[in-house]
Formats: sequence, C-alpha cells, structure tokens
Amino acid sequence: MENTDKEKSKLDEELLGTILSSKSLSGDTGLEEGAHSLRKNGCSIELRSTPNVRIERKTDHPGINVYVKDGAPLEFVHVPVIITKGGFDDVVYNDFHVGKNAHVIIVAGCGIHNDDDCNAQHDGIHRFFLDEGADAQYVENHYGEGTGTGERILNPETDVQLGKSATLRMEMVQIKGVDSTVRTTNAELGEKATLLVTEKIMTTGKQTAKTIFNVKLNGKDSKCQVTSRSYAIDDSKQTFVSNVEGNAKCFAHVECDAIIRDHGKVTSEPAITANDVDASMIHEAQIGKIAGEQLTKLMTLGLTEKQAEQEIINGFLA
Amino acid sequence: MDYRYIHLVKDINDTMVELKDIGIAKGGKQILHDISFKIPDNEFIAITGPNGSGKSTLAKIIMGIDKPDTGSILLDGVDITGLSMVERAKKGIAFAFQTPVTFKGITVRRLMELASGKKLEKSEVCTFLSKVGLCANNYLTREVDSSLSGGELKRIEIASVLARKARVSIFDEPEAGIDLWSFKNLIEVFGELRSEVEGSIVVISHQERILNIADRVVLLENGTIDKVVKQGEKNSLFTDELRCCKC
Repeated sequence: MENTDKEKSKLDEELLGTILSSKSLSGDTGLEEGAHSLRKNGCSIELRSTPNVRIERKTDHPGINVYVKDGAPLEFVHVPVIITKGGFDDVVYNDFHVGKNAHVIIVAGCGIHNDDDCNAQHDGIHRFFLDEGADAQYVENHYGEGTGTGERILNPETDVQLGKSATLRMEMVQIKGVDSTVRTTNAELGEKATLLVTEKIMTTGKQTAKTIFNVKLNGKDSKCQVTSRSYAIDDSKQTFVSNVEGNAKCFAHVECDAIIRDHGKVTSEPAITANDVDASMIHEAQIGKIAGEQLTKLMTLGLTEKQAEQEIINGFLA
Repeated sequence: MDYRYIHLVKDINDTMVELKDIGIAKGGKQILHDISFKIPDNEFIAITGPNGSGKSTLAKIIMGIDKPDTGSILLDGVDITGLSMVERAKKGIAFAFQTPVTFKGITVRRLMELASGKKLEKSEVCTFLSKVGLCANNYLTREVDSSLSGGELKRIEIASVLARKARVSIFDEPEAGIDLWSFKNLIEVFGELRSEVEGSIVVISHQERILNIADRVVLLENGTIDKVVKQGEKNSLFTDELRCCKC
C-alpha cells in the first residue's frame, strides 16, 4: 500500500511506537489515551481533544495550540511527528498553555524514516506557558532511520515561561539515527518555579549534536537543574552549551557528563552568572572514556569487557 | 555448574586456592616476594599488615586484577595463573573493592542482578541487602553513584559479593572509609557471613575485631608472610605487632 501523507501505515505505527511507547500507559503507541495531535510529512492528520485538554490548529503558522484547564488532574497529551520521505523541511509551532494547578504529561517527538537521497528535516518550535502551581512533564524522543544518503535533521527549539510555583520536568532523548541536530531551550522562571531538565544524546558515525540551554532564574527561590548525559562514538561530535543566569535568590545546578569512544568529541561550554548575591550556582562537567575501574568491577562479576561496556552505556543513557 | 555445593562433597580440609611463590614488582619496587599459602574450603582468612605490605595487591592477584611476575595460583589443583578476572569470576571467585566503584545510571537492583547473573525478584534483592543492614525499599531504584554515602556504597559493594554466591569471596579492607557506627554494623555483617557463606572468605583488614573472627590470620610485612596465626593462637605478641602495624 502506498504510504500517503493522510493515512497511517505499518511504518508510521513503528515510528510512533519507537518515539512514544516508552511513556504510553496502554496500546502500542500511547495515542489511544488522552488528547493527541499527529503530524505526518507536514500535514496534521489526527487531532483529538478531551474535556480538560483542548487542541486546536493554528491559523497563522503550521502547528497547534494546546490548552490544559485550570486544576486539571493528571492528563496525557501526545504530539508526535513522523516524516517518511526525504526532500522535506517541516517547521511546526506548538504552544502549550497549562492552567493554574493543572497536572499534565506531554509526550512529543519526531521519528524520521528517510530512504531517499535528499535530506529530511523537522524543526519543532515548542512554547510552554505554565500558570501558577502548574505541574508539567514534557518528554521528547527523537529517532531516525532509513537507508538513503539524505540526512535526517532535527532542530527543536523550546521556549519556557514558568509562573509562580510552577514546575516543568523536561526529558529529552535522542539515541539513534539523527545526523544533525541543534537543540535550543530558553527558559524564564518566576517565583518558586522549578525547571528540571534531563537530556540524553547518543551520536555515531559523523553525526553532530549541539544543545543550548539559556535559563533565567528571575523569581525568588526559583530552582533549575539541568542534567546532560551524552555518548559520542566513531567520528561524531557533540557540544553542550549552558547559559544560566541567577537574577534573584535562587539555586541552579548544571551537570554535563559525557562518555567518548573512538574519535568521538564532546565540548562543554558552561556559563553560570550570578546577578544576585543570594544566587547559588553550580556547574559540573565530566568528559572521558569509560572509567577502567568501572569495567574492572563488572568484569569481576563475570561480564566480558564488551558486555561491561554495553551495560555501563545502557545505564548511562537509561 | 553451581560451585556453591562442591564443598559438600569434598573433605572439609580440601584446599581450594593455593598460592605458590607469588612475586610482583610495581614501579621498580618489589611488592610481594615468594608468597605461598593455602586457602582451604570454608575457611575465613584475614590478611593483615602495615600499609604498603602488599595486602591489596595479593588480593587483586587472587582475583586476577593484577598479574604476578612469578609464581602460580591453583584452584582445586588446577593452575589458573593465566586466567583473566572474567574467567576467574566464572569459576567462583568474587572481589569487593576497597573503594566501591560508582556508576551513573546503574541501579542497586541492576548491580545485584549483574552480580547474581540473573534477573532477581524484589524479595531476592531484599535478602542480599538486608544482610548488610540495608532496607531494599530505600535502595532498589537508587543509582550506585555519589548520591550514596561511603557507608552505603560499602554495604552495597559487600552485598554485590554476597549475590555472587562465590566459592572464594575476597573483601579488600571493608572497614576503610566508613564511619564508626557503620563499622560496628559491619563487624556484625562479617560475623554472620562467617556462618552463612558457603565457601571461603578472605578479608584484608587492619581491624582487630575482624581478625578475631577469622580462622587464620596471615600477617604480611614488606611483601613477605611474617607469620600465620590460627584461631585461638593469637597471643599478646601478635596483638602487639598488629598495634604497631596500625601506628
């Protein structure tokens, strides 16, 4: 059956399963529960709202507006994007408005299958507006596959505005098959707001990945924790950039851990700026190959060196 | 083959591990000279001596982490000198590190599973952790990283060796780096190990209370065996020497 832009094929289901299944509560892709928006090859092909979550298409740009009602109990929103052909450059603008004291888990991600010899690219521009006391978890999985020589390119950009006592947990994973990515996250935190970011990236071959975090802790007693774990092998390159400003009494902890192998290269460019005497800012970075003592420990348990290395990487990126 | 039960069909005095004329030099310095002794089945052996006497190196040579320049190691009469640490692990030798290794992302449960070589039920992990005084509910999903205290890491390290159910369990200075209260509990842990572990135990230690529960104490000095004392034979002279060692 021809895989048209308006219908879901087996390939689409597989891509969806890869980028969504880790967080779904039931079904193969997670789309069976909660509100969702499915986008394929630049077209919005499915949209579903629920009593507490309203999703509507934008009229000025490609993309959607998602509104989570004040006080909504735990809600799930899935917003996957799949691209199944090359020669494609998709830009989408998604805004998430999370009401006062609402609780929501948003699962996004992009799966690209490119068997063509020209590039397939998706740039997701996501904006989050969390009202007072809102609690949101945002999970983003990126995955690429395909046999063509065309590159699989993802350049997500995320802008975050956290109101008083709002909490946003961001988990961003890019494990396989993305040739080039530049991921930018900009955040501004209000009073007692909390931003927790975890990113895990693996690059192989000649892939490149760059992540940039610009965080402004503007509110009193705001908190930010950014944890980056990366694994660069073959001739791949990764760059981690963080610019965190403490503009009030606040706490920030930025941690970059990277494991390199072969000719993999990782650069960490930390910048923490305290503009308030009560701002407490920490940056930690560690880059290197797998520690010999870790391999030795696991080998004393009977694992071969190769098994030990795989176990360490699996845990590191889990 | 499950090595735990081999001793049941062997004479209690059978020698499990035998070291013959072990010597090793590091950085141009001779660390061990012609070390020879036997570790019989089901014995608890403590190896003690001053810092730099070669205790940890000897323990690592048994595990296969360090390779001796001279001499040989036999397991049940078979020469295992050329075997890697992986092969020795598979033959039933286990090792608890003096400084526990930390892993970002590997949970306590996963470490126990890797040690036991199989998936474990929560109750099984609980059994191992409770033996070292830890409540599994608080640790199953914790990562074996620096968020754990030195005492917690030490106990988890010891539990990982218990999970091996090894024929020869080697503990390199289990008391190092832990606080007084944890140490008190540790003595109790080794007291219980003494009766529960099916196999031989080798503990590198400076602590008199650990030496007191050993069947034999091997005193190393300047890379050679100064003396071997059996349980009940620890006289005041030996105690004085140990005290001197700790100065």
